[in-house]
Amino acid sequence: MKKILIANRGEIARRIIRTCNRLGIETVAIHSEADGDLPYVSEATEAVLIGPNPVVQSYLQADKIIEVAKTHNAEAIHPGYGLLSENANFARKVAEAGLVFIGPSADIIEKMGDKLESRQTMAKAGVPVVPGTVDGVASIEEAIEEANKIGYPLMLKASAGGGGIGMVRCDNEQALSQQFASVKNRAKAYFGDDVVYLEKFIADSRHIEVQIFGDNHGNIVHLFERNCSVQRRNQKVIEESPSPDLPEEVRQRLCDAAVKAARAVDYTNAGTVEFIVDANNEFYFLEMNTRLQVEHPVTEEVTGYDLVEWQLDVATGKTLPAQESIQSTGHSIEYRIYAEDPKTFFPSPGLLQTVEWGEGARIETGYEQGNTVTPFYDPMISKVIITGTDRADALQKSQNFFNQTNIIGVKTNLPLFREFIGSTQFVSGAYATSVLPKWMDKTKEEQKS
Amino acid sequence: MKELKASMAGTVLNVLVAEGESVTPGQALIMLESMKMEIPVEAEVAGTVEKIHVETGSFVNEEETLVTFAE
Repeated sequence: MKKILIANRGEIARRIIRTCNRLGIETVAIHSEADGDLPYVSEATEAVLIGPNPVVQSYLQADKIIEVAKTHNAEAIHPGYGLLSENANFARKVAEAGLVFIGPSADIIEKMGDKLESRQTMAKAGVPVVPGTVDGVASIEEAIEEANKIGYPLMLKASAGGGGIGMVRCDNEQALSQQFASVKNRAKAYFGDDVVYLEKFIADSRHIEVQIFGDNHGNIVHLFERNCSVQRRNQKVIEESPSPDLPEEVRQRLCDAAVKAARAVDYTNAGTVEFIVDANNEFYFLEMNTRLQVEHPVTEEVTGYDLVEWQLDVATGKTLPAQESIQSTGHSIEYRIYAEDPKTFFPSPGLLQTVEWGEGARIETGYEQGNTVTPFYDPMISKVIITGTDRADALQKSQNFFNQTNIIGVKTNLPLFREFIGSTQFVSGAYATSVLPKWMDKTKEEQKS
Repeated sequence: MKELKASMAGTVLNVLVAEGESVTPGQALIMLESMKMEIPVEAEVAGTVEKIHVETGSFVNEEETLVTFAE
């Protein structure tokens, strides 16, 4: 492969360019008007203005992006994460245009994008799924009948949903009756598909996912797990590998289940199998992400591999290394730095007047000092990855790093990290997805009294 | 004069009241959008809208006045 187009922006575009540079592959970056001054644009071999600021007019312009790839003689398109990365139509069009889509086939993306279908596929393959309805529930009467079999509390979910949209927790029949029509309407409006289903609500659960890879020769391997339970608004804030508070025997079964899940769909390229793990270490398949994850660096740090390089290798027909050769050593933690108010989580766009990073971290950032964080895209400005010989070492290094780090010009969640990473809840490692909201409520109350 | 200020920088997605209208505490008056997030800006106290300083599509900075109320 000599040249690829990157259909993304910011830190992930920069991350992909870095690997391409090392491998001697040329890159074509695309950018909106607002993103023209960002580092990834000048770091790419070539850059093309793709359109105005809103993503629908720029980064989601599938046909235009494919056209640019062809006119610039790119052989492949890397979609990054978000944007068009899990769009089956885009993957299909890329292949039809005679280009390589760096990711799984359109059919796999489609199958895993439909939550009900992916649940059915996994259940059939013997991967445990959250107890719930096999098919969609068409009417409120049917929903109530099924809910009585499953038991409350439960989750009402849109089959086509994602990103925390189109799902709601129902504690009783009254809540289910109230929410049913609204979730159905929302699903129709957001995703163009109003199929909804019910799932048991798993209390005190953790979100643990497994990185998997498949090649075109039938090999599927895992690269261990990541614990992504520190979340705000159902979005991840801190991820770590290995997962603390997970017995080795459970870790092994979890990784095996992820490989089984990938094998069930003949998966190729990078993917992530997400599980819900309850307080008794029982785990259930949640969904499969058919792309490189934001948090892939923690896996790179503990395994020593470059996952973007693996993606390129798989896309060019190379064979993956054997499972036995993939080892995990040390402990790595990723912190997502968001341009947002650390208390309300409201976005905070603006000029990055000062950016001073501490020592001892791998920084993946889409912005440098002097760049402007615009209101058009995701609030994530950087990822900080800190690796130690063990978790205690990584936490110690994290404290030092955040004490030395300073960003002026926009509000960020740096103050939250400074406090939270020293909290007993986080330090203990025994935490569930409710840990951050609970800790914030407690801190708020303590400040009041 | 009582004012309603922007809780974050962003684009005005929707203006949900008209001048002369009376509002109640907690009523969403302006919908702001920034970084893929929609945030309603709500009235803190009851009052009558005297002037709306923004329109759909305007960009506002944090703390910028959106609405003023009659005394």
